[in-house]
Amino acid sequence: MSLDKNGIAKRIAQELKDGYYVNLGIGIPTLVANFVPENIEVVLQSENGLLGIGPFPEKGKADPDLINAGKQTVTTIPGSAFFDSSLSFAMIRGGHIDLTVLGAFEVTDKGDISSWKIPGKMVKGMGGAMDLVAAAKNIIVATTHTDRHGKPKLKTSCDLPLTGVNCVKKIVSDLAVIDVTDKGFKLMERAPGVSVEEILEKTGAAVIVEGDIPEMKL
Amino acid sequence: MNKVVKNAKEAIKGMRNGQTFMLGGFGLCGIPENTIKALVESGLTNLTCISNNAGVDDFGLGLLLRKHQVKKMISSYVGENKEFERQLLSGELEVDLIPQGTLAERLRAGGAGIPAFYVPAGYGTEVGEGKESREFNGKMHLLEYGLTADFAVVKAWKGDTMGNLIYRETANNFNQAMAMAGKITIAEVEILVPAGELNPNEIHTPGIFVQRIFQGVNYEKRIEFETVRE
Repeated sequence: MSLDKNGIAKRIAQELKDGYYVNLGIGIPTLVANFVPENIEVVLQSENGLLGIGPFPEKGKADPDLINAGKQTVTTIPGSAFFDSSLSFAMIRGGHIDLTVLGAFEVTDKGDISSWKIPGKMVKGMGGAMDLVAAAKNIIVATTHTDRHGKPKLKTSCDLPLTGVNCVKKIVSDLAVIDVTDKGFKLMERAPGVSVEEILEKTGAAVIVEGDIPEMKL
Repeated sequence: MNKVVKNAKEAIKGMRNGQTFMLGGFGLCGIPENTIKALVESGLTNLTCISNNAGVDDFGLGLLLRKHQVKKMISSYVGENKEFERQLLSGELEVDLIPQGTLAERLRAGGAGIPAFYVPAGYGTEVGEGKESREFNGKMHLLEYGLTADFAVVKAWKGDTMGNLIYRETANNFNQAMAMAGKITIAEVEILVPAGELNPNEIHTPGIFVQRIFQGVNYEKRIEFETVRE
């Protein structure tokens, strides 16, 4: 069965390592924070100027001066720090962030990503996504395998305007974990009960399949 | 040295139609509410506005857009504002969308006297079209330029009569870099104190960057997405 949003987030959380500084995008990526393994410590960065994002505030305790990059009210963890936007992106551009997780409209087998604009329809802007994908050491895309119309989101080239080129390293979808290698997509894991055939059928590019593909352990 | 002006109306004195101004804030967090109101009341028009976001329909920068006072926006993310999107798609409003980190660094560079610099963000995308590019350490970068403006308008938590500023929590965001990049920088603050009362160790923006400062009033501090624990 394909994973729901929380399932995708749970699988991505397994990629976190102790001591990581992590930037989580809006949507499914934000949910990853709920599944950080208890035996490790990670610090979440918010590009509007916060290291050490805590849980959402208790009811009645929301502080308008304390928000995340999705403009939601948040809290801080002990040891957190505030800073301005240029310093925040110095952290990002300077390669100090260990992992970036973000959503996408499309991802290609070369690691290109589109995520910010649908010409003539939606023009919200790229926000920090272009800076993040251009600079992060490790980028994981959290996405559904196909779009609302059932069309593959993993393909050989993006139809929509690009956010970055040759940058995505790994994709965790509702169906599979796929690495982006020098030779293209490589199937690493499949969602529980999902067949390799289904994954190949719903992917719009060639996928390398080597040996038995294990099911995700969630 | 006393940089205190009476209010927002006095702070924007000398601002003319067609000028460029910067507005601090991220979403509705840390925006100069008083000055935005004064700009709406001023009726100034044909303005170019540099701001990370565009407010919402009925608050923040949205108020200026609604009155068609802005002809061009330079921003990174403009969702959350339907009127903005409408004006953009219909071609009434000129918009330059810039990656957020590039925007922040362009402001910092502008204020620091750095005319241009290279960053990787946007290479290979439409952001890079027509820009000089160059490879450093095996990676392609785009040449980006420092940004300045006729006026920078920032919001701080505390300020003193010499223009020293301290921001609060994530309400710092773009304010600190913009404060450096205005030919005239206007700061509105929640708490204005005499010089000497702020701890010099805690100053974010030294007063040299600020020309006019005033005590803001009636802060609404609207929350865009109030999210609480379940």
